Formats: sequence, C-alpha cells, structure tokens
Amino acid sequence: MSIGQVVRRRGEVPDPVAEGAGAPAPSARGKIPVRKVSFAARLRRDGALLVMVLPAVVLLAVFAYVPMLGNVIAWQQYSPYTGFVNSPFIGWANFERVFSNPLFLDSVENTLVITAFQLVFFFPVPIILALLLNSVVTPRIRTTIQSIVYLPHFFSWVLVVTIFQQIFGGAGLVNQTLRDAGMGAGFDLMTNPDTFLVLITMQSVWKDAGWGIIIFLAALSTVPPEQYEAAACDGAGRWRRMWHVTLPALRPVIILLLILRLGDALTVGFEQLILQRGAVGSDVAEVIDTFVYYQGVIYGDWSFAAAAGLVKGVVSLLLVLGANKLAHVFGESGVYQKS
Amino acid sequence: MSGQAPEISSDVALVPRDLAPGVARLPRRRRSRHRPAWEEPPSRVGAVVKFVVLAGVVLAVVFPLWTVIVTSLSTQAETIRVGGLVTVPGELTLNAYRQILSGGIVTRAALVSTGVTAVGTLLSTVVSVLAAFGLSRPSSLWHRPILFVFLITMFFGAGMIPTYLLVSGLGLINSYWALILPGAVSAFNVLILRNFFMGIDNAILDAARIDGAGDWRILGAIVLPMSRAVTAVVALFYGVGYWNAFFNAILYINDNAKWPLQLVLRSYVLQGVTLPGSGVGQVDVASGAVTGLPIKMAVMVLAIVPILVVYPFVQRHFTKGVIFGAIKG
Repeated sequence: MSIGQVVRRRGEVPDPVAEGAGAPAPSARGKIPVRKVSFAARLRRDGALLVMVLPAVVLLAVFAYVPMLGNVIAWQQYSPYTGFVNSPFIGWANFERVFSNPLFLDSVENTLVITAFQLVFFFPVPIILALLLNSVVTPRIRTTIQSIVYLPHFFSWVLVVTIFQQIFGGAGLVNQTLRDAGMGAGFDLMTNPDTFLVLITMQSVWKDAGWGIIIFLAALSTVPPEQYEAAACDGAGRWRRMWHVTLPALRPVIILLLILRLGDALTVGFEQLILQRGAVGSDVAEVIDTFVYYQGVIYGDWSFAAAAGLVKGVVSLLLVLGANKLAHVFGESGVYQKS
Repeated sequence: MSGQAPEISSDVALVPRDLAPGVARLPRRRRSRHRPAWEEPPSRVGAVVKFVVLAGVVLAVVFPLWTVIVTSLSTQAETIRVGGLVTVPGELTLNAYRQILSGGIVTRAALVSTGVTAVGTLLSTVVSVLAAFGLSRPSSLWHRPILFVFLITMFFGAGMIPTYLLVSGLGLINSYWALILPGAVSAFNVLILRNFFMGIDNAILDAARIDGAGDWRILGAIVLPMSRAVTAVVALFYGVGYWNAFFNAILYINDNAKWPLQLVLRSYVLQGVTLPGSGVGQVDVASGAVTGLPIKMAVMVLAIVPILVVYPFVQRHFTKGVIFGAIKG
C-alpha cells in the first residue's frame, strides 16, 4: 500500500454522523486534491472493510428489512396456510377495520394518556436529579450515588414488576406493615386500575430515572466554569446562575430527548404493560403494542394486527421526522443533521 | 466543602475528563473537593433538603434489593413469623438456593439464559465491532449507503407481526437462535462504536498502514486495544439485553423446558404459577416449597446476580462509552 493511498484515505468528505458528533473540522490539509481512483482499485483497497460490514448487513437484511417487506400482509387476507405469495390482496380493508375498531381506538387513547402522563411526571425527574447531583461537591459521594442509581436500568421488567409486587402488592411489604400497624389490609396498588398510571410511572422512574441522569451530567460537565464565575461576578445568585447558565447548557439535550420521546410517543413500555395487563385489566393497560400482540399472535388475525402495527410504525416515523424539523426551526441540531 | 479554596481556577477542573480524549492523559482528577470562591455555601435548609432527597433516592434503590436478598436467605418459618418479606435478617440459611439450584426447572432456565447470553453477546459484539470499523474509515467504498441501511432501522421498525411470521417461517420457533438472531445487531450500538473508532487519531492508523498492516491487522492490533472501554460497555448492553429478554422468549419459545430465566421468574414468582413438570427434575413441589417466599426471592436474586457481578467492572466506563458515541448518535 503506497503513501498516495494513505493520503487519499484521509476523509476530505465530512461525514454526516461524524459532524453530528462534533468531530473536529477537517483541517486545512484536507484540501489535498483527490486523484480519481478506479472502482476496481477502490474495491481492492476497501474490500476488507466491506467484508467486515457484511455479517451485520446480512443480519439486518434478514431480520429488519425482510419483515418490513412482510408488512404487505396488511393488504392481504393472510393465512399461515396460504402464505405470503398465495394470500389474496384485499386492498385497504384491514386498515378500515383497524380504524373502526373501538378496542384499537381505546388502545390509542391509553397509549397517549400514558405517554402524556409520563412526559409530565417522568421526564423532568432525571434533569432535577442531575442538577442535584451536580451540586454535590464531594467526588466520591457523587460517583457512589451515580453507580447506585444507574443500577435498576439493567434489571429486566419482569424483575422490576416483581419487586413492585412484593412491596406494593396485596401480600407486599407495605400492606404487611399496614396490617401490623392495625390499619386494615385493603392496600393493593398492583391491581387497582384507577392508580395504574401512577404505578407504571413509579416503576419507570425507579428503573430509568437514574440512568437518564447520565446524559445530563455529561452536558453539565461541558459548561466552562468561567461562565459561572462571570455570572457570579455580575451579581447573579445561585438561582439566576442556574437559569441563565446551567439550563441553557442543558437545552440541546433536553430538546434531543423530547424528540426521541415524541418519536416513541406510541410506544410505551411494552414489556412493562404486557406483564401487568392481566392484573389490572385491558381497560387501562391495553396499548397499541399489546393490542397488536393479542390480535395477531394470540387471536391469529395476522393481517389485521400487521395493519395496526404498520399504522403505528408509520405515524411514529412521521412524529420523529416532524419533531426533528421543529428542532431545526428552533435552531437546535436535533437527532440528525440536514445533509 | 468547609472553607473556600484560595486557588480556585486551578482547582476547578470542570473539564469533562471523560469527554475530551486529550484530557485523559492528565492525572486522574475529578472536580475539586472545594467550592469555588464565588459560589456561596448552601443554606442550612438547602443542605438538609438536598441530603434528604439524595438519601431517599439511594434508599429507594437499595432497600428493595436488600429485602429481596435478606428474604431469600431467611427460613420459611421466619417469613411466616414476619408475615411476608423479611427486612431485618434473623436466622440465615442457604436452603432456598440449594433447592432451586439442585437441578430443577430453575436451574435449567438459568443455564439457558447463561448460554443464550454468552453466545448472543459474543456474536453481537463481534459483528458490531466489525461493522463499526468497516464503516469508520472516511471515504471508503459505499460506506454512506451502508450507513444509511443501518440508520433506517433506528427510525422505522418492521413491526412485531411480520417479524414473528419471519422467525416462524425460518423454523426458529422453540429454537434458542430465535432469542439471539432477530436482535443481534443494534444500529445504535454500532454507531457508538463507530463514533469512537472515528475519534482515534488517524496518524496512528496511517503509521500502521505504512508499516504494511492491512485493515484486519489494524483493527485487531491497534483499534481494539485502544477501545476496550467502549467495547466493554457495548458488550454489557448486549449482554444485559440477552439476559433480560423476556418478550422474545414469550413469542418464540413455547416449550417450557426451554424457558429462559425471565419467563420462569414471571410465571413462578410474579404470577405464582406452579410450574408444570417438564419430565425431568422439576422443582420440589411435594414439600409445598413452591410457594415459599425465600425460594421466590432466591429466583429473583439469581436473575440479578450476573448483572451485579459484571456491573462494577463496566460501570466506570459508562460515561466515556455512552456519551462519547451517543450524545448525537
């Protein structure tokens, strides 16, 4: 391999993702004129790299892209016996069924209610915790707390729900304590549809609020201390410093996470809900994902469920794209750059 | 904490050590123990409130784990005496663990989970590292369209039904591969790795290239040793994913002799179902121990232990690994 090839390797073309990561701008030396390389030469040069990418591409092609094509069954009267090829096409009938199905509309409503509730009561928690943690001066205490609160993120939903059941369930610790104190024993948070929203939000907070801190702490650590110093010199008190220095530093991250959340607006903790759907009933715990699961896998109405799932996927995609556009309008970078 | 530090500017090392690669060579020093001179000490009320909130947060995580572990180590009699979970350790015993690990369905499930996690993590990590490196050389052939192929999967999922039909069409129902292959590559993790690889100084790679190293050699001998931390974090993400996988197992594994631990945890502990004997070595039902709280809690501990074991080793790399690649993934 010659030096000439090495030079050509240097990326003159800035890469969209690298740009997003805030990689240093290509240096002036990047202006070295590119000699045209023949396709065969490039293939020979980069062959090894292509071979490396191959396994991942094959896996994605089979397990991500083939199913995307498999969505054609949403327009079919699919039956496992006739298969994709021989099932008759029936136009938009399945989608019409989806939108006129009251259970589906209920599940959409439940999904949106849960998302909205979690946006208000879950989303701010990591920000507040990060600010609080950031104000802890002793490094050892700070890192210790961090490693403890990250931990539940790595537990499975089964485990989290089980822990909640052991503590808030009918035979749980809280009830047990109430009983010992002679205050009756009717307490069972796990099966009460009225408080289900609160319950699942508590679970989400317990599991993921700590983990959510990490990204805010990183953003906070990039604030130059001189800014605080200057603000303090100008007479800004603790709260004004937080308002004018800290929060602006967090703004891009907050917007980024809001966008991601919006894209996931139709996805609310699938495993979490399917685990508890039985205990509280489908009135409050049926979301779009669980609806799709029950209609398709349990009741075998494949085409109908695929149509419902497809609607969800497409709407989610539009939500992400729209939210990202909105972020650009507000001058933030969003999830991806315009390129 | 107490006084105000005179040498403020040198001491306030707010530089994100974990973020800037160049800073990593400085002596390991985090933020100062001292409050900068311009910052007023917290009011007494503020300090107390802060302490109470943080202590509450820590307790909220630690306390449930504590009761679960203590109960799993207690005797059945103890749980009956207390009327449920044990919070103050009394008489301790390993009976529960002896019972679930003596070759019943729990033992088998633990083995299944371990195997799936080991094979899956290895496969996913290797494939992802290769893909990330293959896509990390600027201006290499076709890297943009291929990258696009990865990115799309982050924004649009195919949906559960077609995926299920595919997996069953491939004949993977009741096969452990159904727990591994469908989620084997995560575009997000590939991007984390790729961003890190791209941050490696090109001069090093050029030097190796001039010395005659090919891409495989460069990856193995230079890039990988430099990226142990990120690779470990990504491997942990994959590993935890496989270990915790519950819904894939519900979808694809019908035969309860092949259940992974999470499914056993659900039926046996959450739903309180007595596991149907699957022929060989079922849980000791005869003694009525199936409903025993210590045993249930022992199953839970079993589901936590691997995470607790790996976690401390990888935890300190989180910021580096996650943020470096992911903040604008």
